[in-house]
Amino acid sequence: MGAEFVQFSLTPILIGMFAAMACALPGNFLILRRQALIGDAISHVVLPGIVVGFLVSGTIAAGPMGLGAAGAALVAVVLIEAIRRFGRVEPGAAMGVVFTTMFAAGVLLLEQTGSAQVHLDVEHALMGNLEQLIWLRASGWASLTDPAALATLPPELTRMALACAVITGLVLAFWRWLKIATFDEGFAQSLGIPTGALGFGLVIAAALAAVAAFQAVGSILVIAMFICPPAAARLMTNSLTSQVCWSLLFAALSAIFGYVLAGYGPLWLGGQHAVSAAGMIAVVSGIILGLAALLGPCRKGAQAI
Amino acid sequence: MSLVLDALTLQAGYNAALVATGAALLGVAAGASGSFLLLRKRALVSDAVAHAALPGIVLAFMVMVAFGGAGRSLAGLLLGAALSGGVGLLAMTWITKRTRLAEDAAIGAVLGVFFGAGVVLLTLVQTMQAGRQAGLEGFLLGSTAGMLREDAILIALGGAVVLALCWLMRRPMTLVAFDPAYAATLGYNTRAIDLAMMGLATAVTVIGLKLVGLVLIVALLIIPPAAARFWTERTGVMVWVAGGIGGAGAYLGAAISATAPALPTGPIIVLVLAAGFTLSMLFAPARGILGGALRHARLRRQMQRGE
Amino acid sequence: MTDLPAHSPLAVRGLSVTYGDKPAVQAVDATFPRAALSAIIGPNGAGKSTFLKACLGIIPRLSGEVSIFGQPFAQARGRVAYVPQRASVDWDFPTTALEVVQMGQYRRAGLWGRLSGSARAQALDCLNRVGMADFATRQIGQLSGGQQQRVFLARALAQEADLYLLDEPFAGVDAATERAIVDVLRGLRAEGKSVIAVHHDLSTVEDYFDHVFLINQRAMAEGPVARAFTPDALHATYGGRLGLAAAPQTVQAAE
Repeated sequence: MGAEFVQFSLTPILIGMFAAMACALPGNFLILRRQALIGDAISHVVLPGIVVGFLVSGTIAAGPMGLGAAGAALVAVVLIEAIRRFGRVEPGAAMGVVFTTMFAAGVLLLEQTGSAQVHLDVEHALMGNLEQLIWLRASGWASLTDPAALATLPPELTRMALACAVITGLVLAFWRWLKIATFDEGFAQSLGIPTGALGFGLVIAAALAAVAAFQAVGSILVIAMFICPPAAARLMTNSLTSQVCWSLLFAALSAIFGYVLAGYGPLWLGGQHAVSAAGMIAVVSGIILGLAALLGPCRKGAQAI
Repeated sequence: MSLVLDALTLQAGYNAALVATGAALLGVAAGASGSFLLLRKRALVSDAVAHAALPGIVLAFMVMVAFGGAGRSLAGLLLGAALSGGVGLLAMTWITKRTRLAEDAAIGAVLGVFFGAGVVLLTLVQTMQAGRQAGLEGFLLGSTAGMLREDAILIALGGAVVLALCWLMRRPMTLVAFDPAYAATLGYNTRAIDLAMMGLATAVTVIGLKLVGLVLIVALLIIPPAAARFWTERTGVMVWVAGGIGGAGAYLGAAISATAPALPTGPIIVLVLAAGFTLSMLFAPARGILGGALRHARLRRQMQRGE
Repeated sequence: MTDLPAHSPLAVRGLSVTYGDKPAVQAVDATFPRAALSAIIGPNGAGKSTFLKACLGIIPRLSGEVSIFGQPFAQARGRVAYVPQRASVDWDFPTTALEVVQMGQYRRAGLWGRLSGSARAQALDCLNRVGMADFATRQIGQLSGGQQQRVFLARALAQEADLYLLDEPFAGVDAATERAIVDVLRGLRAEGKSVIAVHHDLSTVEDYFDHVFLINQRAMAEGPVARAFTPDALHATYGGRLGLAAAPQTVQAAE
């Protein structure tokens, strides 16, 4: 646990943790509102978003591609709502129509413009490249206090930490509104809480998390983190505050153990190469959910009583 | 344009014609079986099943290679896909039955976790058998490149079988989709029928994996029924309209995609279907937006006149 | 707000609401009395809940005016407590009975204001008034239907409002809860508060309420129970489904 760890494992683990926690936070409310699959839809439309961002800006810089992804998430949410409301299509089907269409358009654009050759491939968007976000200039724990070395931290770390902080701030600021509008929308409206705007804001926060996270960890991890840690947390407690805390813990644990297992697991089993860290993090979060479903103290609903 | 016309009239070559025919049959089967899912409000369950197929595909490949094969047999890979898709389905059912979590959380969890496991296995295959796994990625987005004649026949046959089963079970499935409790009082085994419904959707998903890819296959099950719903208020009609839209869209998409290499089959099919959905949503007389807006305006006038 | 009486806790003129392309409430006028228990009565699908929600701005209205103590709802919001239908809420939500009651204090506390110890004591007192003090820390999903309804009522009490709007407070509750709720509502009336409830059970109207408002898409009758709750008015509201001589019990069965 020395220089090598700081160099090769510290930053990916931190990025994975921030990404997982940034997604788990809004995920708590999405699950309680029965909107978990909005997370699924958002993560699928990220691809067309980055393709458009790339085509418009001509670069693979994070800024324009992130903007494109955020824009795509917005478009998707508006379309889903419009189809649901004006077409009277049930929400799941409306989501299915919108995200598959946008994803298909993204793939087609990618193929048509040949941007597939410019380091912008579908697999990357799906699976991420967490393993490559290393801190080469670090020479050990001391680098953490060395400004020169700190300046060479992968920019994804700063970006992900910032996104995580912003989302945490938003959830804290609107905690009461979120709680009351999620539990009892009609009552919230009678108090004058703008539930429509609040719900939209929640989806935007989720989109922000997805956009910040997918470049590092890919969109599968995004779906798994939106849902698995909060779902497992729901089975641990009957208090919203503790549920959110548990979900953050589960998200962090998934990131740490997932990364370590992906990196070292195959070596322990005699293999020579690491496996996908993002995939392994999703698997660990699934194992945590499975354990919570088997053993969680509040795993059963009230109807059993 | 003449290229498209050639493809549409099956003149673009034997293989393209075979693929288009297979796609059409699959499309009809998907539209029909997807209708019941949509009415049961479980459309996205099939998305989770599709994503859950990935680990099965990769495992099947590894097993086939371990037994000395090339690992390319489509039937073998699809068997693996069906098995792990089925396990995913069971996991979803288990979560919703055994815990307080709602179905949407179960869908998302299974989708993310199984797909994650698939990606882990995929990286494993890449390191173990460098070069020889070529083609597995094709299952993500679908690819007709290098599709064999047997593959196309397999898809067409599978579609036909699913369609036949849909027709056989149309009454119980309609009943269960509409009112499971009532169906149970009539003596139907709703659990078994639910399972059959999901089984058919899983079959479509698995059969279509090679053609459309696991990310997009769910579109075949969702978009045609959702579009068909705008045209009719009757279940029986909806199933066949959905089958028609699905078949036509898949056929058209496959034909268009056969005209150029940069037109991937799965996305093109989905975009054609999406166009059909948009037209239906806007203009279908029964439940379309335009018709609804006209009726609403008339009612508004009437009420403001105080009639 | 020209011709709407300022003394009335809830007055409505020409209210119309549509659901999709179907009319739900048409050109309704109503004036509810102060310091009284009023019932909104009508058959299923008559627009009772819709009427209430439209008054609260929860669903948009096509036309019409609503005044709460002579003011538009947005300005009188703080004086109104709303108790939604129990079935409209996810009772599996991770929260306790006490926390639900404290939601009634959020408006006063604001988005960030601290909920003090005295606020907590007040919330506990509200739970006590509905006989639910012993269940304060229980997760709401573990309560019976009647207990859940009482928690909802306690939340309304915590709002310290002047007008209480209840949507089917007696739906699916046990007899003990029904009695407890009626007692609390009578207590509110004694304090000079106004209560308006969507009500289903015709057999208890005369016992529980002072004032009735009969609705079936349009306003059918309105006034003190003794004057407005007549067989003729009921027949007009419920249509041919109700024989003139029908006892209240058969009315229930007819629904």
